Amino acid sequence: MNRWIEKQRHLIDFTASSLARRKGKSLGLLVVYTLLVFVLASVSLYTHALRNEATRVLAGTPEVVLQRLIAGRHDLIPPGYIEKIGRVRGVQKIEGRLWGYYYDSVLKANYTFMVPSDRRIAEGEIVVGPALERSRGLAEGNGISFRAYSGELHTFIVSEVLAHESELVNADLVLMSEADFRRFFAYPDGHYTDIALWVANPQEVRNVGLKLINALPDSRPILREEVLRTYASIFDWREGMMLALLSAAILAFGIFAWEKAAGLSAEEKREIGILKAIGWETGDVIAMKFWEGFLVSLLAFLLGYVAAYVHVFHFEFALFAPVLQGWAVLYPSFALTPKIDGLQVATLFVFSVLPYTAATLVPIWRAATTDPDTVMRS
Amino acid sequence: MLELANIRKAFNQGQHNEYWALKGIDLEIPPARVNVLKGPSGSGKTTLLTILGCLARPTEGRVRLKGEDISGLPERFLTEIRRSTFGFIFQQFNLVRGLSAIENIILPGYPTGTPRARLVERAEALLADMQLSHRRDAKVEWLSGGEQQRVAICRALINDPEILVADEPTANLDSKLSAEFLAILRRLAEAGRTVILTSHDPLVVESEVVDRVYSLRDGQLIEVVDTRRAWP
Repeated sequence: MNRWIEKQRHLIDFTASSLARRKGKSLGLLVVYTLLVFVLASVSLYTHALRNEATRVLAGTPEVVLQRLIAGRHDLIPPGYIEKIGRVRGVQKIEGRLWGYYYDSVLKANYTFMVPSDRRIAEGEIVVGPALERSRGLAEGNGISFRAYSGELHTFIVSEVLAHESELVNADLVLMSEADFRRFFAYPDGHYTDIALWVANPQEVRNVGLKLINALPDSRPILREEVLRTYASIFDWREGMMLALLSAAILAFGIFAWEKAAGLSAEEKREIGILKAIGWETGDVIAMKFWEGFLVSLLAFLLGYVAAYVHVFHFEFALFAPVLQGWAVLYPSFALTPKIDGLQVATLFVFSVLPYTAATLVPIWRAATTDPDTVMRS
Repeated sequence: MLELANIRKAFNQGQHNEYWALKGIDLEIPPARVNVLKGPSGSGKTTLLTILGCLARPTEGRVRLKGEDISGLPERFLTEIRRSTFGFIFQQFNLVRGLSAIENIILPGYPTGTPRARLVERAEALLADMQLSHRRDAKVEWLSGGEQQRVAICRALINDPEILVADEPTANLDSKLSAEFLAILRRLAEAGRTVILTSHDPLVVESEVVDRVYSLRDGQLIEVVDTRRAWP
């Protein structure tokens, strides 16, 4: 066993010195392969973290949101609906919600105006999302005026800016009191935008949904799990699109790396001949080349993955962000919570290290099985 | 030490360009002697040397090493024998460029799994013996022809082989360096190693260092002459 380990150490030593002797080729390969891993790892790290972020943010939202429909379009919830739902079993808490969109002609962007249920906001004050803080230069204590759809100008004082952590979904949010909301949008009393329902037992959520449809046939229950699924599929779709766009580049990189790895120069062939003549077995030569492929691809994998990690979690995915992130009109700017999935790392490892290692072995097999006496005649 | 019985070797066998390089060779290589295979180009001496050194297998015939038939052994075992019993010196020296002298010397020791420290120690002793210690860390492409050959000799000796095989070792050396090389061979033979070399250089063939000369022509052994020392 010791001899075997010692032998592998010798082979790795020799491989490392071979790589150092062929600096140009080795560095070129390393750079190209690192880039390849970097792109793939960036996309997968980002979408994975994004999915997690969305799941985390949505974890506190109600299990069911009920909307009223007229002619298939979303309409206001009229008075009396909340009372009717109160009789559906399994529902723990019901809440009428008020929210709507506001188009800001200054920024040419939509904001989401909302009345929060878990906090009280004094009349004349608003709480804004981080994107507004940035784009309109708002800070606590600043005043801002919005012109209502009626043409009337309303002025509010910013009492707080929302935390950046959940910016993915609150970037464009403006929170205000119920009275301000109703006044601003001329929202009729007793009406709500939709109804949020909390269901204690997760197994019951679907049943509650069915009961709601029966009790209120003109309404549509939206389950949280459906929202999560939609977000997941949006991210999957975006990830897929991104990879499709990048596939040509990835393929080109891959072919380049394969060709570089698979090609044996005359000097390398000569070296293999010498090694065989001086007593190296075919297996030794192959093991040496295996180490070469493994070391290059492992190093590229580590460098690419670390670079991708820094790119995603410290530089906010600057290179590809516009393609992949955000459904708010104002692009959210946020640092994702670092999250690494073991399976994802393993998959990337298998798909990057193994093909490369195999690529280095194929031509070596041919070269290493040639008779050692050829070197005598060269 | 080494015995060949009715050795025949064909290239491109069964094809239109089939060529028999050796046509039935019987010979015996005695231990601790300097043996030379001589003959003109195409006489089959390099082919014979590759068979003697287990670098190639004969098409027909038997090779015996210390009485044991090794001609039918699979490649793995043959490599093992080659590694432990033979040391090789090639005409072009065949050193690995970019590596230092000492790194080249210890290369044959890698597959044996011998610890690096021991290999380096042995290599340093060999370099000292060849008066080449000062060139220990020089890259081989910076060495002169004579120095390269001495590095090649050190490399051939690193696994402490019983038999040293050299193909046209003086082809790239001037007379002075050839004489130095022959002196080294004499020391090795006196230390108990068997030396087999091919050459058509008269300086080698007629040297008093050489114990036995095998003359080849057209793939056949035509003459064996014992030269220098009294044979037991």
